[in-house]
Amino acid sequence: MLFKKPQVAFYPFMVLRDDYKCVRCKSCVDQCSFDATYFDEDLNMIVNRNENCVNCKRCEAFCPTDAIKVVKNPSTFHPDANWTAEAIRDIHVQMLTGAIILTSTGNDKPIRNYFDHLLLDACQVTNPPIDPLREPMELKTFIGRKTDQLQFDSDGVSIKTTIGKQLELEIPVLFSAMSYGSINLNLQKAMAIASREFGTYWNTGEGGLHKSLREFKDCTIVQVASGRFGVDLDYLETSAAIEIKIGQGAKPGIGGHLPGEKVNEGIAQTRMIPVGSDAISPAPHHDIYSIEDLRQLIYALKEATNYKKPVFVKIAAVHNVAAIACGIAHAGADAVVIDGVRGGTGATPKSLRDHVGIPIELAIAAVDDRLRKEGLRNEVSLIAAGGFRSAVDVLKAIALGADAVYIGTVAKIAAGCTQCQQCHTGRCAWGITTNDPKLAKRLNPEIVAENLYNLLRAWAHDIKELLGAMGINAIESIRGNRLRLRSWGLTEQENKILGVLPAGM
Amino acid sequence: MGKKRKLMKVYPIEENCVSCRYCEVACTMVHSKSKDPVKAYKLENLLPRATVEVKGAVSLSLMCRHCKHPFCFDSCISGAIQVDENGQVHLDEEKCVGCWNCVLVCPFGAAHPYVSEEKRHSFKCDLCGDRGFPACVEACPNRALVYDYER
Repeated sequence: MLFKKPQVAFYPFMVLRDDYKCVRCKSCVDQCSFDATYFDEDLNMIVNRNENCVNCKRCEAFCPTDAIKVVKNPSTFHPDANWTAEAIRDIHVQMLTGAIILTSTGNDKPIRNYFDHLLLDACQVTNPPIDPLREPMELKTFIGRKTDQLQFDSDGVSIKTTIGKQLELEIPVLFSAMSYGSINLNLQKAMAIASREFGTYWNTGEGGLHKSLREFKDCTIVQVASGRFGVDLDYLETSAAIEIKIGQGAKPGIGGHLPGEKVNEGIAQTRMIPVGSDAISPAPHHDIYSIEDLRQLIYALKEATNYKKPVFVKIAAVHNVAAIACGIAHAGADAVVIDGVRGGTGATPKSLRDHVGIPIELAIAAVDDRLRKEGLRNEVSLIAAGGFRSAVDVLKAIALGADAVYIGTVAKIAAGCTQCQQCHTGRCAWGITTNDPKLAKRLNPEIVAENLYNLLRAWAHDIKELLGAMGINAIESIRGNRLRLRSWGLTEQENKILGVLPAGM
Repeated sequence: MGKKRKLMKVYPIEENCVSCRYCEVACTMVHSKSKDPVKAYKLENLLPRATVEVKGAVSLSLMCRHCKHPFCFDSCISGAIQVDENGQVHLDEEKCVGCWNCVLVCPFGAAHPYVSEEKRHSFKCDLCGDRGFPACVEACPNRALVYDYER
């Protein structure tokens, strides 16, 4: 390694080892999937190739004697607010490869997180808070088209109106679309088990539904994306709802590409493509070039499934999201899913991930406003996605006007993910975004399902506590109730878009 | 074959094993005087009784199977290996003379030689007799080891 290329010389992370504590169990050597560590027989030492380290922290987590710390390389470039280490390294990569920089997970730039600038209300003296441990609290949420008005029987009590199929959620949180291929079957299975146990839904993503997961039919949302992978009547029928994917927050306006080398037997069968062939999702749906075209696809899917499944349409939050969402409502969708700029992915060009789209908070507020103004709000449910981190984010999103929230990254983190941004390499050391059998078995669906269930349970508790403090006993009462929000540190314009008052008013 | 023995032993689950070697280090630690993994390896020169075998995607932790007809018992020249009424195979390290017969005949490679200046003897999994519950099973992070009645 005498003559190193600059990108190799200026590595971002390094592994610190305490040689006294190292017992040479070689766990770290076996755990590292990026070839950043090896055992040197002659030295009887474990040695690193720091340039390969991606800071996934697998070795650190698994070192039984706590002898390893993965740290940022203390050697920095000259401090410069413009020419940051990232900017310089990106140039190094592109000058050597001549290619776009691929990355994964969600936007990591400090785009203002409006959830952090919103504060919730609580009751004091004039109206009493509710203790959720003593009194019933309702988080039940229904996703789907609601009627304009109710008609009653002559007795004045029984409801005559029938409404279309609704999805019934015990908590306004669903697992978002992550395809088989981008993640492995183990995580899909864990999400499916947790959904069934808790009473929510998981989404297959665009990669089809593996036959081993068909038993989870009643808690599965199947996705129809531009590649139409794995779509046939059977697939559409084996679901609780169907989602048409137009765009994704991490990469609005572009399609997907699962490299052929990742397409193994199972993925090929599920996606209905030959083994080893590239799975390319085109950027547009080639049959959708207008709202009218979208309407045709929505109704084709409804017709095919006998009007028994709600049909969602998922779009990325882009500049005219409110108008587009209205179009989708007009086109006959039962729910519109909006994925914000912080939404995650298994692979995306870095430039798109970091610079395309708008924050989900603004999108929720804008879409909810517009749908109300057009008298369409009851016709579609609004599901928000992209960067939700906690129960508080979920509640704030609902107060802004969302009906429910999709979580993806949270599920990954509950499965061990450390957000090292290497999903696109297929070498995930935590066995999440890889289908390599050696790595994929690191994710035990049984354990992760328990973790996810616990997480949903904890979030439900959290939301109930917050609702109780506000004196509300049903999530329905906070939905779109922006009066219970105040903002801090935002401009007048931002407050106007969010439809919230600044704190103190 | 006779009826089932009322014997609990450790079963590895190959599909779940992530070859992290927690079982090895936990084993070494609990069998040490210091009960400290670093000292166990570095000062007491101990080795694990459970060993992780890895080949590609396949990995599993291997330890004494407490066989119904233990070859090690047949081959032991010093009477150090005994089978108790439950079927558990015991190895008395004091009695052992280090002839390595058990090491040779064990079809699972679960008996290991130990050589130091003052003593040589073989050693193997004792199901953590003093502890009451096998440390490897407790340490496994992916439920790849279970302590269960013989199947």
